[in-house]
Amino acid sequence: MKIIVCIKQVPDTTEIKLDPVKGTMIREGVPSIMNPDDKSGLEIALQLKDKYNAHVTVITMGPAQADDILREAFAMGVDRAIHLSDRKFAGADTLATSNALAGALRMLQYDLIITGRQAIDGDTAQVGPQIAELLDLPQVTYVEDLEFDNDKTFTIKKFLEEGYQMLQVESPCLITVLSSANKARYMSVRGILEAYDHEVELWGFDNIKVDEEKLGLKGSPTRVFKSFTKGAKVMGTLYDDVSSIEAADIIVNKLKEKFIV
Amino acid sequence: MIREFAEKEVKPLAAQIDEEERFPYETVEKMSKIGIMGIPFPVEYGGAGGTNSIYSMAVEELSRVCATTGVIVSAHTSLCLAPIYEFGTEEQRMKYLPKLCSGQWIGAFGLTEPNAGTDAATQQTIAVEDGDNYILNGSKIFITNASAANIFIVMAMTDKSQGTRGISAFIVERDFPGFSVGKEEKKLGIRGSATCELIMENCIVPKENMLGRLGEGFKIAMKTLDGGRIGIAAQALGIAQGAMDETVKYVKERKQFGKPIAKFQNTQFQLADLQTRIEASRLLVRLAAYKKDCKQPYSVEAAQAKLFAAETAMDMTVKAVQFHGGYGYTREYPVERMMRDAKITEIYEGTSEVQRMVISANLLK
Repeated sequence: MKIIVCIKQVPDTTEIKLDPVKGTMIREGVPSIMNPDDKSGLEIALQLKDKYNAHVTVITMGPAQADDILREAFAMGVDRAIHLSDRKFAGADTLATSNALAGALRMLQYDLIITGRQAIDGDTAQVGPQIAELLDLPQVTYVEDLEFDNDKTFTIKKFLEEGYQMLQVESPCLITVLSSANKARYMSVRGILEAYDHEVELWGFDNIKVDEEKLGLKGSPTRVFKSFTKGAKVMGTLYDDVSSIEAADIIVNKLKEKFIV
Repeated sequence: MIREFAEKEVKPLAAQIDEEERFPYETVEKMSKIGIMGIPFPVEYGGAGGTNSIYSMAVEELSRVCATTGVIVSAHTSLCLAPIYEFGTEEQRMKYLPKLCSGQWIGAFGLTEPNAGTDAATQQTIAVEDGDNYILNGSKIFITNASAANIFIVMAMTDKSQGTRGISAFIVERDFPGFSVGKEEKKLGIRGSATCELIMENCIVPKENMLGRLGEGFKIAMKTLDGGRIGIAAQALGIAQGAMDETVKYVKERKQFGKPIAKFQNTQFQLADLQTRIEASRLLVRLAAYKKDCKQPYSVEAAQAKLFAAETAMDMTVKAVQFHGGYGYTREYPVERMMRDAKITEIYEGTSEVQRMVISANLLK
């Protein structure tokens, strides 16, 4: 079984402070970490490695410093690491990122692709599903658990707001994993010591067959106009003990008050 | 990595194992999984292939949140695995190190007796040759990890007339006939670590379990303790830093006379002096570990590191309690535990007085 896990280096948002005047994130001195959802996805892959001797590859797109999380992945037990880095990838939004990652994935063999549900810096939850669409793969999002049935299928537990869905999916497929799925293993001492003996494969534009127009800033239809901190909202008004007819009246009156209807 | 592990896995148990005087088997299992139980030994013996520097940093980080966990690793690594690795035959290494490095077995070391501490020549445990075996009789006290350990390095007199040159070292397995572990000591600090008596009554130890040559036991014990002191110095350093971390947090929050006590110059100057001593301890520990890694003599550096770090830990923790005032005296806050834990670092593996003897003997030789 061949598994590829897409991981991202993100600022540890639990440690982030906001500039009170500008409202922007103070990035200085904020440690970078492996995105928590991705780390749980990696743990699922490593458990399949423990059980079925699966071959696990991690891939990340990012600047030179993203090498750190690939070394961390080696120290946790992965077999291969690929670092996508090229000036032509810079300034990518989620679509251009997905184009680049899908381009790299097309060059590789896989039975299962794992991504985190979303990254804690962008919170879009778009890259996993976009990769699946680009590669024309079945996808299951919000995954909490996965069992390997046989050569062909996985049984997957998908988290829903009001329960779970159990799905059987044919491989190859893509799943996006929640950080609540598991507690990822620690790096081992020996793993850390040996992490720098492994080779991280550096891949650039020439290694993937993707139209340049679909990459980086050029391939990014998203434009960010402004970043700001949301102001605190005033507490809403609570109407207790009203009948449905009274409630409807209250709502209509409020909408009229605000000239919405 | 070790810091994250210590914060998430070790710290939450620290107060509980102290309160219950319970050996944290579950923590040892977790540490084993990530390779903390055999850091400075080669991969071929099941170790992590690390250095003494890395090992001392690991002990420091564990002790920063729980001194009990720090000493479990230190006694196991420095006092049991290290002598087997340094003085053992290839057969002994292959037989014992993989299981010890993997944490499947826990190690301990027995030198101290009721009437013989650092003055090892007064050992009363004796070993008499008997065919293919040695028969050991006697007892050892204050043995760290004893109730949990599977493998013990035990010193015994093979020839009383030779003084320290009549001492030999043995690798004793817990289930050897005639070997037993006695009562657990009730201690002031490091209360989760299992400190017990070892009793040998006609204990049969195969000849191939002699560590080093006949009569080399004293040398092995002293060299082992040199290495052990790096571990204990790292433990003391961790306790001191842990107490400083708690104190910094507290003085920023605690308000008196209308401002946080961190705003008072008395607080600022005392903390500055203490943190400087902590950093100096850290450099001494690193130097001793580095010299050991480079295979250079390091006894004096290890003695200096242990002396300075232990006294820093004691002063730091006493002051940490003082900064915390009445709260610091309660078990609601961890500093009282740290103060109790710190004291032992001035005592075991050679008291501070013994460290001064080692340092001055080198100066005045």
